[in-house]
Amino acid sequence: MGAVSACEKWLYENSFPVDGGNFDDAGRVSGRIKTILKEMGIENDVVRMAAVITYESEINIVSYARHGMIRLHVLPEYVEIEVVDEGPGISDIRLAMQQGWSTATDKIREMGFGAGMGLNNIRNFSDIFHISSDVGSGTRLKMIIHIQQEQNR
Amino acid sequence: MNLETIVQALQLRVKSGRDRLGGEVRGGYVGDLLSDVMANSREGDLWITRQIHQNIVAVASLKDLAGIILVLGAEPAADTLEKAIRENIPLFMADLPAFEMAGRIYQMICPRKA
Repeated sequence: MGAVSACEKWLYENSFPVDGGNFDDAGRVSGRIKTILKEMGIENDVVRMAAVITYESEINIVSYARHGMIRLHVLPEYVEIEVVDEGPGISDIRLAMQQGWSTATDKIREMGFGAGMGLNNIRNFSDIFHISSDVGSGTRLKMIIHIQQEQNR
Repeated sequence: MNLETIVQALQLRVKSGRDRLGGEVRGGYVGDLLSDVMANSREGDLWITRQIHQNIVAVASLKDLAGIILVLGAEPAADTLEKAIRENIPLFMADLPAFEMAGRIYQMICPRKA
């Protein structure tokens, strides 16, 4: 599986680059991460949450950033997904987190994106969600999904 | 319910994923906003949409959907069809509008509720 670990507890660690502007390629990294997690035997609910988080992250990078990186860390207790992009950043994170708020162009909306749901989806499908951004530099997201899940998630 | 039963009853035109018609349809979802479908569709759902961009294949694959029905005669973009064939995602064309398609499928898979 190619797991390279600098930390003894990591079951898997890898980074996946995503190019800005390439809508045709969107879904490639999230599909790969889903396959990796399934092959590791991670429970289905966790895999589905990771799929939503990584797909929306890919779409955000493709839509708004020049370049980005999605980092996947799998530990026995949780899956950690970090997303770092080089792009315009977000000046008002509270506004950006509001459902329906979006700066998407018409081109992005025509493809069914840009409804102002992406960051909310990422937050809602995470157990722990953290976002920070520097205008003119980029945005960083960090999400945790616990592997020991409640039955009623 | 078996996907093939729905395909035959509603005369859906099969564009890809023919060997997956034996799969089970557990429910359905209607939507053209991909983030909405990502958030709210469930495994085994048949997805009814007007979107023809290739990202519908990624969404169906990531969410383990039973298939995608393009309504009102919408044709998949060439790269959408290529991707659906490559990833073996069942993709169908139909002439009905989304409301009628959803109603008919609902009646088939939830007969006591409809």
